[in-house]
Amino acid sequence: MCLAMPGAVIEIDRNMAKIDYGGVLKEADISLIEDIRIGDYVIVHTGFAISKLDEKEALESIELWKELLDRSEFS
Amino acid sequence: MERTFGPVGIFMIADIFRDRELIKKTAEFIRTISRDDEFTFMHVCGTHEQAITKFGLRGILPKNIGLISGPGCPVCITPAREIDEAVFLAETGKTVLTYGDMFRVPGTESSLADAKARGGKVKIVYGIQDAVDYAIKNPQEKVVFFSLGLDTTVPGVASCVKRGLPENISLLTSHRLTVPAMELLISLGDLRFEGFLAPGHVSTIIGLEPYEQFPAAYEIPVVVAGFEPLDVMQGVAMLVKQMKEKMPRVENQYSRSVAYCGNTRALEVVRDVFEIAGGDWRGIGRIPGSNLVLRDEYSRYDARKLYDFDIGPPQDIRPGCSCHVVIIGKLDPKDCKMFSQPCTPEKPYGPCMVSSEGSCNIAYKYGGSI
Repeated sequence: MCLAMPGAVIEIDRNMAKIDYGGVLKEADISLIEDIRIGDYVIVHTGFAISKLDEKEALESIELWKELLDRSEFS
Repeated sequence: MERTFGPVGIFMIADIFRDRELIKKTAEFIRTISRDDEFTFMHVCGTHEQAITKFGLRGILPKNIGLISGPGCPVCITPAREIDEAVFLAETGKTVLTYGDMFRVPGTESSLADAKARGGKVKIVYGIQDAVDYAIKNPQEKVVFFSLGLDTTVPGVASCVKRGLPENISLLTSHRLTVPAMELLISLGDLRFEGFLAPGHVSTIIGLEPYEQFPAAYEIPVVVAGFEPLDVMQGVAMLVKQMKEKMPRVENQYSRSVAYCGNTRALEVVRDVFEIAGGDWRGIGRIPGSNLVLRDEYSRYDARKLYDFDIGPPQDIRPGCSCHVVIIGKLDPKDCKMFSQPCTPEKPYGPCMVSSEGSCNIAYKYGGSI
């Protein structure tokens, strides 16, 4: 039951937010996440946002992984 | 890279973690550093098994690396007795609401789908919020939400309970915790594996600290991984690397979603509403500290306290069914004598074939093997 969907927060109304899953809009409860802003990405599971999705961290972690792979090619 | 706004950004992130070149390079990396060592890693998440099978990752990994699937399907491990309780409620005038995955899972004799076919009132919902909305719209009905799910699902349920539920709804809870199951798997002496690929979304809630006991006490490495194919390959690569370095620890591959401390708000609301108890896992038996039950102050929402049950002795595993062996990773679904004949998703004999997160269902749909 890890099945969860990433989406973008496009509207906030107290505990609820409208989430854009790439064309499909659905409401989710965002009360479990601190400091949510419009434009944030969240992971939603059974109607509740359980975490944010940090785009910057995603990109940085991939760059680090690419570097590790490149280094290993020469060792 | 330019920051993109909105859903385009999500697809971009997903694409990055599906990059074929990177997946291939990661497989090569694993091949190079593992050399001839044989390592087997265990994951405990139905969604990981889906990703592994759907994307053919066992075929991409070198032959000396094995991935086995532990009990990561909440619907598969719900004890038959608890399904029997739900069926009983549906057949005695209550409206039972539950997740689609549970609808056709057989209890001892019947599933909720069978109960509905016999005139019982059963409806499928996406989550507890839908169940609450239904209860509000149907005040004359006695509604019971059959509340399942592992660590990821519980915080949402706890939030709703804490806010207060309508008078005509109660919960039949069957919540289980992942880490105690991982502890049990280690204690099964005849199961051989060297590390855990830990479930990404469970970990967004519980963080990494609960896994520290595994490297500390058993020298078993743990890597928390996401669910795109590159996430899983990276996770396996990080596990192999740890094995070669002989420095077992907890690592976080899914850093874009998982923080070390987890989701503290979620953990707090769970603690407020639930307490930990021992729990039965279908086909496995009792795992101490693996169950969440409603605290006394919320007992007015506890269906087991509100209603009397009259059900016969439960039977978790039907004769000939191998689900109890499949869910601890000791049997490949395709090696079960009943696989596809006669057990199929349309005519399931055991729970693992019903749920989209069950190993047998996944193997049937995508043709994989443990």
